[in-house]
Amino acid sequence: MAERSFAKEVEKLRIGAGEEFAGEGILAVTKALLQSGISYVGGYQGSPISHLLDVLADAQDIMGELGIRFEASANEAAAGAMLAASVNYPLRGAVAWKSVVGTNVASDALSNVASGGVKGGAMIIVGEDYGEGSSIMQERTHAFAMKSQIWLLDPRPNLPSIVSMVEKGFELSEASGSPVMLELRVRSCHLYGRFTAKDNVRPAFGLKQAMENPVRDTDRIVLPPANFLHEREKIAQRWPAAVEFIKRHKLNEFLGGHLGDVGIIVQGGMYNNLIRALELVGLSDSFGQTEIPIYCLNVTYPLIDSEVTGFCADKKAVFLIEEGQPEFIEHNINTILRRADLQTKLIGKETMPLAGEYTGQVIKDGLVRFLREHAPKLAAKAALPPEPAGTNLAPLADVVPARPSGFCTGCPERPIFTAMKLVEKEIGEFHVSGDIGCHIFSILPPFNLGNTTMGYGLGMAGAAAFQSDSKQRTVSVMGDGGFWHNGLTSGVGHAVFNRNDGVTILVDNGYSAATGGQDILSSRADNRTRTTKHPMENAIRGIGGQWVRTVRSYDLEAMTSTLTEAMTTPFKGPKIIIAESECMLNKQRRVKPLVAKAIKGGKRVVKERFGVDADTCSGDHSCIRLSGCPTLTLRENPDPLRDDPVVQVLDDCVGCGHCGETAHAAVLCPSFYRADMVFNPSRWDRWRQALRSAVIGFFQARAARRRALTAF
Amino acid sequence: MQASKTRPINIAIMALGGQGGGVMADWTVRAAELAGFRAQYTSVQGVAQRTGATIYYIELFPEAEITARGKEPVLALMPVPGDVDVVVGSELMEAGRAVMRGFVTPERTTLIGSTHRVFAISEKIAMADGRADGGAVHEAAQARAKRWIGFDMEATAREGGSVISAVMFGALAGSGALPIPRDVFEAVIRESGKAVATNLATFALGFDRARGIGAVTAPPAPEAPQAAEPPAAVKPLLARIEAELPFIAREFATEGLRRTIDFQDLAYGALYLDRLQQAADWDAANGGSARRHELIRELARHLALWMTFDDTFRVADLKTRSSRFERFRAEVNAAPDQIVAVTEFMHPRLKEVADSLPAGLGRWAARQAWLGRWFAKGRKVQTSSLRGFLMLSLLAMGRRWRRSTLRYNHENAGIEAWLMQVRQLAGADYAAAVELVRCQKLIRGYGETNERGARNFARIMAAVEGASGAGLATRIKRLRDAALADEKGEKLAEVLAEAA
Repeated sequence: MAERSFAKEVEKLRIGAGEEFAGEGILAVTKALLQSGISYVGGYQGSPISHLLDVLADAQDIMGELGIRFEASANEAAAGAMLAASVNYPLRGAVAWKSVVGTNVASDALSNVASGGVKGGAMIIVGEDYGEGSSIMQERTHAFAMKSQIWLLDPRPNLPSIVSMVEKGFELSEASGSPVMLELRVRSCHLYGRFTAKDNVRPAFGLKQAMENPVRDTDRIVLPPANFLHEREKIAQRWPAAVEFIKRHKLNEFLGGHLGDVGIIVQGGMYNNLIRALELVGLSDSFGQTEIPIYCLNVTYPLIDSEVTGFCADKKAVFLIEEGQPEFIEHNINTILRRADLQTKLIGKETMPLAGEYTGQVIKDGLVRFLREHAPKLAAKAALPPEPAGTNLAPLADVVPARPSGFCTGCPERPIFTAMKLVEKEIGEFHVSGDIGCHIFSILPPFNLGNTTMGYGLGMAGAAAFQSDSKQRTVSVMGDGGFWHNGLTSGVGHAVFNRNDGVTILVDNGYSAATGGQDILSSRADNRTRTTKHPMENAIRGIGGQWVRTVRSYDLEAMTSTLTEAMTTPFKGPKIIIAESECMLNKQRRVKPLVAKAIKGGKRVVKERFGVDADTCSGDHSCIRLSGCPTLTLRENPDPLRDDPVVQVLDDCVGCGHCGETAHAAVLCPSFYRADMVFNPSRWDRWRQALRSAVIGFFQARAARRRALTAF
Repeated sequence: MQASKTRPINIAIMALGGQGGGVMADWTVRAAELAGFRAQYTSVQGVAQRTGATIYYIELFPEAEITARGKEPVLALMPVPGDVDVVVGSELMEAGRAVMRGFVTPERTTLIGSTHRVFAISEKIAMADGRADGGAVHEAAQARAKRWIGFDMEATAREGGSVISAVMFGALAGSGALPIPRDVFEAVIRESGKAVATNLATFALGFDRARGIGAVTAPPAPEAPQAAEPPAAVKPLLARIEAELPFIAREFATEGLRRTIDFQDLAYGALYLDRLQQAADWDAANGGSARRHELIRELARHLALWMTFDDTFRVADLKTRSSRFERFRAEVNAAPDQIVAVTEFMHPRLKEVADSLPAGLGRWAARQAWLGRWFAKGRKVQTSSLRGFLMLSLLAMGRRWRRSTLRYNHENAGIEAWLMQVRQLAGADYAAAVELVRCQKLIRGYGETNERGARNFARIMAAVEGASGAGLATRIKRLRDAALADEKGEKLAEVLAEAA
């Protein structure tokens, strides 16, 4: 079960024609898919597209009614391969993932489906994780679209445009026999807005019909000679068909004014930021009414030569807003202008930053430079901002601390890295090959562990080269999410086959936790529509892994000793430690309501939480450096003789016990205590407490009397 | 058509993962919709939710204008510096971050921020005090915002029995920055159907405080020293403080005396005063009065801290006191009659055990490596059980033979050596002596922390031995800071190497 439930919201997907839909971008996209008559949908989670997959999972009943199959794909390659259903049959389908990383993984399947072409509309929805909040390398999906000739849709960021582009995208795909890609930027995924709905469509020709009437066309298979045919077909037929469709249906928009000798070409996704920039310099109103002509590319690949030349022909200079690099669109437009022998100046990256997100501010600054240089009349009219006033905010930059992501309160992955730090103290430092998942937060403070991360499920493979007669072994880390994504083969299978000698820690928290707590094969939870509870250990042993230990991650002593053993054992071959404990975020979501209910229902419940005795806290904060739990924080030292703040445990402590275990294992201090709070005590509890209070109270009172003789 | 003059109202909510920024944004959107606005809202979710900082961004546009124009407004998906009407910061540094990013401008922005702190990891991992300077944020907020509404929303949330998002929502309503009446905000809370009563109460507190009504209740002041007459036995010692020490040192000295007596006995308190009195002589002899008696003042506190070192007897004593039982119950928010069991995580190693034995025996025991395996593991002691309590109480009684223990001898020798060096230094370089006194802060804690501190302290003592010349005080201070820079002592080694 995922971190966020959309069970309530998905009911909105049932609304019919003419009704107003209000909600988030991901729900709007789902509704658009249902309105488009898809037969199948799949994908792999990852921000910013995770919630789309969660919506789909929660909407399975509604989709079932429409005959739609939803697959929680094993990885993006599997999702991409699913589009094969649209190759031979008029079946519409969509797959979704985080890009550019997911597209990397899927690229084999994408190349194949794009080469053979499709009969039914095939759509790839990519959540473009670029700019603020992104957790991946800053690359463009655009390159994949170009190399495989997949049409790239980048609609204006408002729900009606996005929904319409999904619907039109399927038509475009079918009209051109090519898959299309819908690029959803981070903020569009979670964009709350409104649009007018249409009825959901049950496909006339569905999966059942396809399966009962199989069609085979060897010309659609990537094997010689068809592969050569495909390339020619792409150029001679599919591309022109796409261009024709895009033009005829006016997928790109000519907005703004019609006069003047300058204009702006903008990626659809950047349009709202552009209008805001124009507004701020007084050249547009809030409705986008401006006298500057704007050519809005809701399809950023392919470009429509005739539209480009038509827009540019009567202009001296055109400002291009193209986020990301390399500047593929700029190259393309320049080629179009050259071929048409137009002298229009195209001003893109020479004025705009080469790298980085195009925020409203960045666009505004670039726009001002463009206007001053190429449209002095407009510039004179505009309320151009004065040069930066020189407010010095630099001192604040030294004060306001960064907030890197970190492990949640009570996270079961924390003890793994505490153990690593403790083992390092004993046997010296070692190379750590990281993976993708929450565990990669280990590279940040306070742990500062991890040397590289090469991709999802590639933690073990990232350490493959380190096979030598070194005295120190290498440690790789991999999560259960990465393990099932591909790590079982590219990590474990690889290491077994190559007789690699490294140590691997497999984090088994029961979910694909970093992406939002989706279930995976080894999840312990029951899932209504999937099978779970397939232990990783079985899989590892099944492909020849021999040295496998399973440790409860919170058991810091066991973690430490098992890791030490793995690092020092004479055993040759991969040594795999499965560190298991349920993701605390998900566990709390599961358990908290149950506990609250039990307490309310009068059942005896013992809640555990931790605390720090200020009396014995030294103010050295070793515990924080070895644990970093968010609930371990600072407070003023109550001791009038000391300055340094002491540690305290906040009320949101979930009682995982790691701070106490750390104090134990690292021999820190006797400050940590666990409080077992009894709710609805039994008679035995009460009787025992009465006895304890009497005896302890007696001794405490005696000691207090003695102290009172000299206390003041 | 004439260009529209209507501009959206732009709201940025800066919150930390888990603070309910999303709930607050949802509520705001709903309130705006009820009040006749079109609302667009977005955020960057993802890893930032895992303890990071997130911006929730909302734009509001009047429906009436949309109807009149028959067109949809083009709303932005992220705040532009200079174009934000309201910033809500759920924590002081997040308010500061909004200012730093330019979202707060004097012409436009109402900045509503909680003044409480959620410390960032960089602040928490410091070996001493790494906390950021909140004053700078207050100043910047004051200077940059059109209006700065800051109060402790966390305390307010506690007071109202709800969460900080309810306070922020109340403050947003109370600020009057949005043309939305109070009852609409309240209707949204009612509509949500969750914890309505407490949310409304907390909302009301936030509303009032944003209007300057009702101050945040200050945290209970630290217990005032008992005004009662001190026991006869300590009166002569207290009188010595008055008679022998400069006024400026008396507060620390009184606290130090309280602590040394509490740690051991009256005689130990007297020893503390004897040492201070000697130091007062060096202080006087070396022009202490011109330097506000800094040496004696600092010594009064650091000597007390060192003399009340944390040995096993001390820990056992502190853990078993009735005041401590009351304190942990308060810390975990136990209900008045709730049963709470408390378990300590202790790890006495062979060293600590040997330290607690008479010096000779202790030295012998410390050499017996085979004994070590008995103390390899940490112990969990349930102080609230009879067994745990009686065991610790018994241990606490060991203070009676404390003066004979290995630890006492060790610490006492350290103190004597330190005082000797301070005395020598005071004659030549008063300021350096003060800095050397302050180096005592390195010696603290238990186990490895204590060993690391003592090791660093010894290195500084050795470096200061026989050293002189201008800049010695600065150098000692730098050495002390270096010792607190990292656990491995790398920075300290670096600074030590500089002059050598």
